[in-house]
Amino acid sequence: MAEVLVLVDHVDGEVKKVTYELLTAARELGEPSAVVVGSPGTAGKVKESLASYGAAKVYVAESDDAGSYLVTPKVDALAALVEQASPAAVVVAASAEGKEVSGRLAIRIGSGLLYDVVDVNSDGTTEQSIFGGAFSVKAKVAKGTPVISVRPGSVEATQADGAAAEETVELPAVDPAKAAKITGIEPVVGGDRPELTEASIVVSGGRGVGSAEKFEVIEKLADSLGAAVGASRAAVDSGYYPAQFQVGQTGKTVSPQLYVALGISGAIQHRAGMQTSKTIVAVNKDPEAPIFEIADFGVVGDLFNVAPQLTEAIAARKG
Amino acid sequence: MTNIVVLVKQVPDTYSERKLSSGDHTLDRESADAVLDEINEKAVEEALKIKEAGEGEVTVLSMGPDRATDAIRKALSMGADKAIHVSDEGLRGSDIVATVKVLAAAINKAGGFDLVIAGNEASDGRGGAVPAMLAEVLGVPQLTHARTVSVEGSTVKVDRETDDGITHLEANLPAVVSVGEKINEPRYPSFKGIMAAKKKPVEKLTVADLGVDAGEVGLDNAWSSVLEASPKPPREAGQRVEDEGDGGTKVVEYLVGQKLV
Ligand SMILES: Cc1cc2nc3c(=O)[nH]c(=O)nc-3n(C[C@H](O)[C@H](O)[C@H](O)COP(=O)(O)OP(=O)(O)OC[C@H]3O[C@@H](n4cnc5c(N)ncnc54)[C@H](O)[C@@H]3O)c2cc1C
Ligand SMILES: Nc1ncnc2c1ncn2[C@@H]1O[C@H](COP(=O)(O)O)[C@@H](O)[C@H]1O
Repeated sequence: MAEVLVLVDHVDGEVKKVTYELLTAARELGEPSAVVVGSPGTAGKVKESLASYGAAKVYVAESDDAGSYLVTPKVDALAALVEQASPAAVVVAASAEGKEVSGRLAIRIGSGLLYDVVDVNSDGTTEQSIFGGAFSVKAKVAKGTPVISVRPGSVEATQADGAAAEETVELPAVDPAKAAKITGIEPVVGGDRPELTEASIVVSGGRGVGSAEKFEVIEKLADSLGAAVGASRAAVDSGYYPAQFQVGQTGKTVSPQLYVALGISGAIQHRAGMQTSKTIVAVNKDPEAPIFEIADFGVVGDLFNVAPQLTEAIAARKG
Repeated sequence: MTNIVVLVKQVPDTYSERKLSSGDHTLDRESADAVLDEINEKAVEEALKIKEAGEGEVTVLSMGPDRATDAIRKALSMGADKAIHVSDEGLRGSDIVATVKVLAAAINKAGGFDLVIAGNEASDGRGGAVPAMLAEVLGVPQLTHARTVSVEGSTVKVDRETDDGITHLEANLPAVVSVGEKINEPRYPSFKGIMAAKKKPVEKLTVADLGVDAGEVGLDNAWSSVLEASPKPPREAGQRVEDEGDGGTKVVEYLVGQKLV
């Protein structure tokens, strides 16, 4: 069976969930080979989990430079492996960095690029969801080795046994005239809540929440449901909630089982990031708010009355 | 003297309904109002700030159909000095790889540059890759998704902001920078700026002018192709109730009914 290269998305050797989704998607196309690029010692930490999602091989590209230059070491590693292994495809996460890695790789190896796909079919075609979920598109690569980036959270990861046979990859030295040096990192400190793009329930607040302090009402409801917290751009721009939680056109695209919108009008750019959610519940005091046009269940009312009552009722149910 | 090229793109207004044309699945540019992408206003703003802090020249570059002139004029009216507009029937339906090759050829033709500044992600395609791909073709460092940019002498420093947090980056010029949504508040063009923009030079280039092989661009030569496209059925409004002091309880009943809690 043909090899499929999968770039492992990790932070200092901690594998991100999307990697398992990528390994699952890659199994549609062939036999997944995980590619680990990072500082020395990274592969040792991740190998076991890669095996449990079906990685037949683990290519290890480790060097000090790999951790201290942006994007290019990953492109170097994948380009070398494309040459060596002639894979059926290369699969990367459609994260900010993954989109950049896959784009550069496509240029480097002279191949077509399919980005932000939500599914990979066994014939090599892919599905995309564009304009905020308004259109579905099926596409394929016309030239070269397909380079595909897959949107996190869109493929359900399933386990499979893989041998995870290790193989070392030599990384070329980085040319500092062509790469950006990483001089410092301030990682996001993840709280106890699930990741926005991974959560099965998202509770979001908008400008209607009124202040940063009052966002507590949103957080309490989210915690009762085991949900992630999101925010509209107006809430972010008003300083109520940090930017990384913005949902919409210029923020995250989420597609949870349940999306609860509180004090959000439902502008088209907000909808672009959440309208593919399975079920949408909205609370807004304006009966004309456009969010009601797409809500499965809407409550016309003050969120400061509805949300706390809801939080309590959920807590009571969970007892 | 910092020589800055700003990449701008005209996109369908996100306030209007965006469509694909039914024939060849390309963007239906007639169906929606077209505007300068908001993220590109921020790219122009950042370029103007760098220029104003020292000395420099800001050139706007756009690849797109004739009516993209409006987007270019807007960037000029904000204060950019001149523009290059690559427009050619043969470019219709070009994919991201072809777009990058054309943009790179136009930048090389324009002579040297110190900085290329782009948006991190266009609102129509959401590729989020053009700046990085351009850095690959041009053979210069990429400092992308910038929350802050500073240029000191021949060094550029960027605070990159993504889901992973903040990454501090440093490189020598020339380099490609892309700006993120939270970088700045773009200025409004003044009346004087709008009048001045009408007289600023806009160089029109074709694929042949750039020496790009016509067999590498356009719909028929794309590196990737769309096989099918279909609109998703729009969502419909469901139930709606007034809160009469029991709104929260009603939501719970609904969620229980749907087996969501
Ligand atoms: C290029 C571009 C990109 C954009 N990207 C995004 C994006 O990624 N994400 C995004 O969200 N927006 C985005 N926007 C902005 C978008 O157009 C809207 O301005 C924004 O979504 C509005 O946020 P909001 O609903 O919180 O605020 P508003 O529109 O002000 O709505 C607040 C709502 O709260 C209700 N309300 C007030 N008080 C209460 C209360 N006590 N109880 C119940 N309801 C109450 C009001 O009735 C109102 O409907 C973008 C815009 C542009 C032009
Ligand atoms: N056709 C184009 N002409 C000029 N600039 C472009 C074009 N396409 C993309 N760009 C630039 O690249 C950025 C990111 O685009 P993308 O990678 O397509 O999301 C945009 O914000 C623009 O600055």
